[in-house]
Amino acid sequence: MWTDFPLFPERASTIAGGVDRLYFFLVAVGALFSIAIFITIFVFALRYRRRHEDQAAVPFHGSTTLEIVWSVIPLLITMVMFGWGASLYFQNSRAPDGAIEIYVVAKQWMWKLQHPEGAREINELHVPVGRPVRLIMTSQDVIHSFYIPAFRIKNDVLPNRFTTAWFEATKTGRYHLFCAEYCGTQHSGMGGSVVVMEPAEYEQWLSGGPVGESLAVAGERLFRRLGCTNCHSPETKGRTRGPLLGGLFGKPVPLLDGRIVTADEAYLRESILNPRAKVVAGYAPEMPTFQGQVTEENLVELIAYIKSLRR
Amino acid sequence: MEASLERREHYLNVSYGIKSWLLTTDHKRIALLYLATITLFFFVGGAFAVLMRLELITPKGDLVSAETYNKLFTMHGVMMIFFFLSPSVPATLGNFLVPMMIGARDLAFPRINLLSWYVFIFGGVLGLGAAAMGGVDTGWTFYTPYSSTYSNSAVVLTAVGAFFAGFSSILTGLNFIVTIHKMRAPGLQWFRLPLFIWAHYATSLIMILGTPVVAIAIVLVALERLFRIGIFDPNLGGDPVLFQHLFWFYSHPAVYIMILPAMGVISEIVACFSRRRVFGYRFVAFASLSIAVIGFLVWGHHMFVSGQSIYAGMVFSFLSFLVAVPSAVKVFNWMATMYKGAISYHTPMLYAFGFLGLFTVGGLTGLFLATLAVDVHVHDTYFIVAHFHYIMVGGTVMAYMGGIHFWWPKITGRLYPEAWGRFSALIVFLGFNLTFFPQFLLGYLGMPRRYHAYPEEFQVLNVMSSAGASILGIGYLIPMIYLIWSMRYGKPAGDNPWRATGLEWQTSSPPPTENFEETPLVTAPPYAYAKEEEEATVVH
Amino acid sequence: MSTSTNPVLPAHHFDDLQQQHEAAQLGMWVFLITEIMFFGGLFAAYTVYRSSYHQAFGAASRHLDITLGTFNTVVLIGSSLTMALAVHAAQRGRRRAIIGFLIATILLGAVFLGVKAFEYTHKFHEHLVPGHGFQFPDAALARPAELYFGLYFAMTGMHALHMIIGIGILLVMIRLAARGRFSAEHYSPIEVTGLYWHFVDIVWIFLFPLLYLIERHQ
Repeated sequence: MWTDFPLFPERASTIAGGVDRLYFFLVAVGALFSIAIFITIFVFALRYRRRHEDQAAVPFHGSTTLEIVWSVIPLLITMVMFGWGASLYFQNSRAPDGAIEIYVVAKQWMWKLQHPEGAREINELHVPVGRPVRLIMTSQDVIHSFYIPAFRIKNDVLPNRFTTAWFEATKTGRYHLFCAEYCGTQHSGMGGSVVVMEPAEYEQWLSGGPVGESLAVAGERLFRRLGCTNCHSPETKGRTRGPLLGGLFGKPVPLLDGRIVTADEAYLRESILNPRAKVVAGYAPEMPTFQGQVTEENLVELIAYIKSLRR
Repeated sequence: MEASLERREHYLNVSYGIKSWLLTTDHKRIALLYLATITLFFFVGGAFAVLMRLELITPKGDLVSAETYNKLFTMHGVMMIFFFLSPSVPATLGNFLVPMMIGARDLAFPRINLLSWYVFIFGGVLGLGAAAMGGVDTGWTFYTPYSSTYSNSAVVLTAVGAFFAGFSSILTGLNFIVTIHKMRAPGLQWFRLPLFIWAHYATSLIMILGTPVVAIAIVLVALERLFRIGIFDPNLGGDPVLFQHLFWFYSHPAVYIMILPAMGVISEIVACFSRRRVFGYRFVAFASLSIAVIGFLVWGHHMFVSGQSIYAGMVFSFLSFLVAVPSAVKVFNWMATMYKGAISYHTPMLYAFGFLGLFTVGGLTGLFLATLAVDVHVHDTYFIVAHFHYIMVGGTVMAYMGGIHFWWPKITGRLYPEAWGRFSALIVFLGFNLTFFPQFLLGYLGMPRRYHAYPEEFQVLNVMSSAGASILGIGYLIPMIYLIWSMRYGKPAGDNPWRATGLEWQTSSPPPTENFEETPLVTAPPYAYAKEEEEATVVH
Repeated sequence: MSTSTNPVLPAHHFDDLQQQHEAAQLGMWVFLITEIMFFGGLFAAYTVYRSSYHQAFGAASRHLDITLGTFNTVVLIGSSLTMALAVHAAQRGRRRAIIGFLIATILLGAVFLGVKAFEYTHKFHEHLVPGHGFQFPDAALARPAELYFGLYFAMTGMHALHMIIGIGILLVMIRLAARGRFSAEHYSPIEVTGLYWHFVDIVWIFLFPLLYLIERHQ
């Protein structure tokens, strides 16, 4: 019976505990203040009720000391909340190294999830327990939001941009996956589940399904088909028309205009779609755009390929 | 008494006929025009809410289709935010009382005041027209690119309707600012103004500074739909999040457009029914202004999970906590006003008690949303829905109802039935809590907002919420009936039934067209409720 | 003392003309603050995209006709001058001068709008109007360039709309002036109209460099 009427969500990720502790602190402070205020109002209303029509109140008009006290105390309490919330948020925003990278492509009204090994899922995500999973997300149409309440994570998924989120599941089971940002008619149907499995089971699942080629392999094939090889080489050495891609991912890139950017997913994506936005120092701005020629999924494959060229 | 009420000339009986109302430039009549129109919009918006709550009784979306449900919550939001809450207190009570409280004969620009009502009506007709033409399904927030490219509903019509409602509120704000600056009665210095006036001044600042920004954002969405100019189109490299920035730059301060005037009402009511000067008058006045100013710097807290940089998130979180402080200061000052007061339990005071409790809960749960790590989890869930209904309905609507009751004798010259008033205030309080408290639990459980169908484990709380909504609906219908009844059959009120201070109570009820027989001369601060303060604060 | 034929009384809710005049002035200033915020939203959008796509914005701005833009700037500054002269005439209660200068202001405003309409048609023939027919010579920059032209039309269009409204107000003012409604004691409608007109000019003074001149230094 109780399972049909929960009052508190399941806690199934490494960050859920920390978020809940902060939440309980907020609930405690909130309850303390509300109850104190309710009781005070109630007591004042009874104690100082008007007993006859002409009764006059005791006049006094204010007290600067009191004003300062009840400004500073709430300020201090909220600063504690701010500090705690911001530091937790900051910690939670960074995925640990060595995370499994799963690409999420959202569209009205489904989630397409791609494992690096090539397994593709729709509206269902299988992950192993106890390993960090990093999600690299983009949308094909409107804004969506990837939300797993049991993990206390949520991030909007935007068109034409990558956003990321990460989690490490701590408990096997099946959890809700929701779209939290209103996205059109079937918004409430754009959900599914996350299945957290024992690592061995997960391996079995990975090898069991109709496995396609891995993302990087698909990306390499696309890389050749689009003719990228005419200018870019997957090597780390040599001279080509375009910058070398071997070992590029994650490295700083000096630009023509003097800025230095990190070659992350967002940069690679922008360089494919809008190549002249950030031109690498020493190269001519002559690469054509591939906007309209590649889908979001193609982009994910190309980027997975370039990332696989780590040396 | 009855006879004298009929014989004396006042703003209601000075002329009759539909034209004398539709072409009036009397701020009091325009206030009543607004009152009638926004009541209509309130019940239209309420009807949408009733249908939504009916749908949500069962987890499967079986009463209406998903498309219809999406249109219901959108039009509920559009009607309530743009056509009821934003104009609620300022356009009705504010319009009626701002000139009277400062001893003026009218607002500075009476014809612009009337124009603002027509602009509002025009916007409202477009909004209702959009609803009649199949409705709009973008959510009241009009997020791009869904609204600008993907939605197949009457977005342009609704957007233009909202634009005109905004334009009307700009005109009202402009009128208030000029009136408060230039038309105060002799001797009425800034720190002799009632807090209702301070609150409306702060509100007007937001109206003139914030509303134009949402206006241009909405215009760009409409242009994008009509001419495909693509400002927010990601396919052209446009940034849909830019829309959110422009939208919330107004729409967060807009929350204060809705709550600040309500706070002004509460200051008047608490003072009158405790027979005490508002404790810490200057602090409450400056709290209004600082809420208005800081309110402009917190919009990014709507976008903590939108892909905005984490450092921007921290800045906005910090500023959002700051805005909590002046709100807390106000609550404490109202409570201190009651201390050693002579408190009576008339209907307006009951609504004020309700306001204090519900606003406290709404404000404290706002802290949860300003707290970054927690907001990630509860953002876009029912927790948000519960929070802003505590502020908007628990705060603003409670104060609005309280204010209507408080000034009803002044507006109509007649008393409302006190017992019915107390009864319905209680019903509203109970119904409200039953409706919205379960939604906090639903939110932390993870139920996203704007969901037409939901997992079964959320059903019990949803049924509670729907049950509460039906009680709340009754709580709003009762006053509607007895207030209309009292306009004809209520007991004559006399000029000052609450023995309140304030210039509006020094003139007759209903007031004459020019408000005062003679321009009053003010010699002392407001709220002279104590015996020794009563002498000669107003000299005729 | 008064040069007008009929004595002017303040509206019923004002104590005196002085109060009425101050209220009108403050009202217009408050309204202009609102207008600044309105255009501010557009300028914010422009700033964001200009910094993201400065190359495309530069290339796209070269498709605007700088000669026509400069000509229009001069025309508009001229109209501000005639507007100021109209206010000056109003302060002295010279009815015919008011009407003359207001007509001159309207004519200059109409010239501006005519040139603007010509520029718009030209953009239309060059397929530079955003939408399905949009074509840009440099394909790699086409999409952000389309964004630029979206902003160009939104910003100049909003500005033109304000001009049209301004001309409408000026026509009303001419009518009122012809009926002898203004005098040396009562001229605030002309004065606040002037404030509005100058504001619209100033918006253009910002639009012109941001849209036409950003690439001209090279």
